[in-house]
Amino acid sequence: MARVVGGLTTSHIPAIGNAVPREKELLNDPYWKEFFAAYPPARAWVQKVKPDVAVVIYNDHGLNFFLDKMPTFAIGAAPEYKHADEGWGIPTIPPFKGDPELSWHIIESLVDEEFDITTCQEMLVDHGFTVPMSLFWPGNTYGDIRTIPVQINTVQHPLPSPARCFKLGQAIGRAIESYPKDLKVVVLGTGGLSHQLDGERAGFINKKFDLMCLDKIVNEPEALTKLSIHELVREAGAQGAEFILWLAMRGVLHNKVTKIHSSYHIAISNTATGLLVLENAA
Amino acid sequence: MTVITHHDLPIPGTYMFDGKAAMKGYALNKMCYSFNEAKNREEFLKDEKAYCRKYGLTAAQTKAILDRNVLAMIHEGGCIYYLAKFAGIFHLTVQDVGAQQTGMTVEEFKKKLVAQGE
Repeated sequence: MARVVGGLTTSHIPAIGNAVPREKELLNDPYWKEFFAAYPPARAWVQKVKPDVAVVIYNDHGLNFFLDKMPTFAIGAAPEYKHADEGWGIPTIPPFKGDPELSWHIIESLVDEEFDITTCQEMLVDHGFTVPMSLFWPGNTYGDIRTIPVQINTVQHPLPSPARCFKLGQAIGRAIESYPKDLKVVVLGTGGLSHQLDGERAGFINKKFDLMCLDKIVNEPEALTKLSIHELVREAGAQGAEFILWLAMRGVLHNKVTKIHSSYHIAISNTATGLLVLENAA
Repeated sequence: MTVITHHDLPIPGTYMFDGKAAMKGYALNKMCYSFNEAKNREEFLKDEKAYCRKYGLTAAQTKAILDRNVLAMIHEGGCIYYLAKFAGIFHLTVQDVGAQQTGMTVEEFKKKLVAQGE
C-alpha cells in the first residue's frame, strides 16, 4: 500500500527562485546566509526517506489560472507539469513528472467524499510549486520524483476556510493510503508565513502569530482550523492567508507526527519565512 | 439579525480581493495577466495607451497604469498577483511596490521589515 511518510512546508517567495542557483555563494551573504543555512536538515530527511511521489499543495498566482475560471481546489492529472514565464523574471526550471494513475485515484476518492474538485490534464505550475521543489531537491534533482499538484485558490475571496483545507488534506491522506501500490509519498505545503504585499499595510509581519502557528501545527492543528480567513488575514497579512496550504498539508499527515526540523526567519523579500519537516508516526 | 463581531470589521490598509473587486478590475487584471508572455510585454511598452484600450480599461484604470500608481490600481479593482506582472516590466520588486504604497523610501521599507523580527 502507498504510505505518507511525512510533510514538508516552506515559503515560496519568487526572490528565492532567483537566489537558488547561486546558493553556494549566498551562504556567505548576510542577507541570505540564515535562510539557506536552514535547509540542509530538511534535504537530509528527504534523502533519508527517498520518496517516490510528492503531493504539492500550493497556490497559483496567475500563471495557470485567471479570473475567467477560478477553481477553489484543482488537482493535476497529467504525465508532466511545466513551469513557464511568470512575467517578472524568475528563471524557468525543468518540467516535473506526473503520476496520472495516482492522480485519478485521489480524484475519485475525493469526489466520493464530496470534495468536488477541478481536474486538470494540462497545468502549468508557478513559483508556488517550483520554488519549494528546487529548495528540497537542490540542483533541480527532482527528475525521478513523480508529482501531484494540488492547487488551492488564495487569489480571489471567498477563499476556502482553514477548517475546509484541513479536511481536504485529511481526505487526500485517506486517498493516498488506500492506493494499492507500494509507494512512499511526501506532502508539501507551500507559502507563508506572515506577509502582505498590497495596500497601506504592505510590509506587515507578525512574528508572535507565526511562531504560535509553527508550534501548534505540529500537535494541535485543530486549534488553528478554528481561525476564519478574515482572522488569518488580520493576523498574518493579506498573503499570509497562504497558511491554509500548510493546514491542508498537515491534514494529510496522521494525528501523531514527529517534528524533524523547523526554522523561522525575518525577512526574505516582504515575507517572514517558515520551514517545517514533520514525519508521520509509524 | 446578523451579528457583526470585531473579526468582520475592515482591516486598515488591507483590501480583500472579492467578487466586487474582481468584477471592477476584470479588464485591468486581464491585461496584467497577459504580461506572462514576453511578446505582450513588448507590445505594451511600444504603446501603453493603445494596449490599455485593447483590453478595455476604464479611464481611471488607464491613468493608474500610466502613473505607475499601485494603490490607485488596487482602488480600481487590481489584484496584486496580476499587478506584480505589470511591476515586473519595470523591474520593480515587491519592496519597491511596498515602499510606494506606504509612502516610504525603499530603504525605510526594508528597515521596517527587519525591525518586525527584533
